[in-house]
Amino acid sequence: MTDFEIPDDLRYSEEDEWARLEGDRVTIGITDWAQQQLGDIVYVELPEVGAALEKGEPFGVIESVKAVSDLYAPVSGSVLEVNTDLADRPEAVNEDCYGDGWIAVVAVENEEEHATLLDPTAYQKYLEERDA
Amino acid sequence: MPGLRRTPLAGVHERLGARMVEFAGFSMPVQYTSIREEHAAVREAAGLFDVSHMGQLGLEGPGAIESVDRLLCRRVSDLRAGRVRYGLLCNERGGVVDDVTVYRLAEQALFLCVNAANVQKDRRWIAAHIPADVTLRDTSAETGLLALQGPASAEALARVTTHEVATLRRFAFDRIEVAACEVLVSRTGYTGADGFEIYCGAGDAERIFEALLAEGKPVGLRPAGLGARDTLRLEAALPLYGHELDDETSPLEAGLGRFVALEGRDFIGAQAIRRRRDEGHERALVGFELLERGIARADHRVACEGRNVGRVTSGGPSPTLGKSIGLAYVPTRLAAPGSSFDVMVRDRAIPARVVETPFVRGAAAGRGKG
Repeated sequence: MTDFEIPDDLRYSEEDEWARLEGDRVTIGITDWAQQQLGDIVYVELPEVGAALEKGEPFGVIESVKAVSDLYAPVSGSVLEVNTDLADRPEAVNEDCYGDGWIAVVAVENEEEHATLLDPTAYQKYLEERDA
Repeated sequence: MPGLRRTPLAGVHERLGARMVEFAGFSMPVQYTSIREEHAAVREAAGLFDVSHMGQLGLEGPGAIESVDRLLCRRVSDLRAGRVRYGLLCNERGGVVDDVTVYRLAEQALFLCVNAANVQKDRRWIAAHIPADVTLRDTSAETGLLALQGPASAEALARVTTHEVATLRRFAFDRIEVAACEVLVSRTGYTGADGFEIYCGAGDAERIFEALLAEGKPVGLRPAGLGARDTLRLEAALPLYGHELDDETSPLEAGLGRFVALEGRDFIGAQAIRRRRDEGHERALVGFELLERGIARADHRVACEGRNVGRVTSGGPSPTLGKSIGLAYVPTRLAAPGSSFDVMVRDRAIPARVVETPFVRGAAAGRGKG
């Protein structure tokens, strides 16, 4: 398995999204492992602001040169912001998936849901086991 | 990958850390680092592809040339030794059995380079249509095939051979020594760029690949996978069997009329192709670009005024143009450049416009297959 980054301050889903809780807002994106698997990202279909996301359900689509993949919500909540810069620069997801390549900000409905996500160690272990 | 066939270069791909995918029953590299980077290397310098999965079928004997003349939609009897010709094998219905390149080896000998997915089908088809005095040999398993593509290809190749390669003409081939191995090298390809295809013994493939990688590095050569091969051939609007071509599609619908010689000769499928032409084709293959954001993919529907009228056969981003492009079968009334229709991407209708092909015109955007 190639090297990939799993920042300490984030939580992770089994669908390879990350979540950053700040007050009652959660910023979400895809993990380094996921962007490496996808390869060159060429298009991100974002949800509408105001859309209701449900944990584990698809809320958007991400396309690399070869592949089309669904984005799965790591938490439930309504969409407050989407990263409209990705329309012109979808490659930001490859270059900086935990920073400029963020996908959306969601208003948290249920803080306990966030706590059920994987911590960095658990996500690392999850990837190793899945890959094995 | 278990259960899949490996090419003679499987070890090299593994060492280079390629991402492998299944293609036509083979484990093949889809990319080494990035499809975009590999694509750019071929447009700007050179890319080296393993295409050993492709098949080679040799025909030899007194009736070999006449037989292939009957099987192919263009003449091979006037193809000189040392020359290559692209053509189509057609069935009695005028559909395409396969698209192939024909290499004329000698007065009574030639071989066809065929699509990996069609080797068995082609072999059966050809065997059923040749006389007893023609031998048909499948040399696919013992042959390695490398495609060296891009404007710096001649320079890269010259670094691993003492033979003069820059002067080899497009659609010509020669037997030379590369990296101290005997090979057959043709000036052909499937990327819309200048380049060479190198046929070698399976046991020599690794040595030649490694030599080209090492010696080609200073001119910008890098290994390239099937991902880039597909975006490159799409930009060049070269058909891919199973997408633009199949057993039911007439070569004329696919826009390949310039490779079909219907006058003054006969071949299997000629009658049906003529009849279908005279009746008038209902659909035609066109190149299009999307006018709004989105990516068209194979099997997306084409709609016009809300009605389903056609189908995308290949689509994706064009790294060279920075546009979203594709090929589609549409009603002939929508086939002229400038015509517009919608491509249905996940229930969203994205406006598209028919454009001239090839999308990207290379220095030598001739036709060939690698």
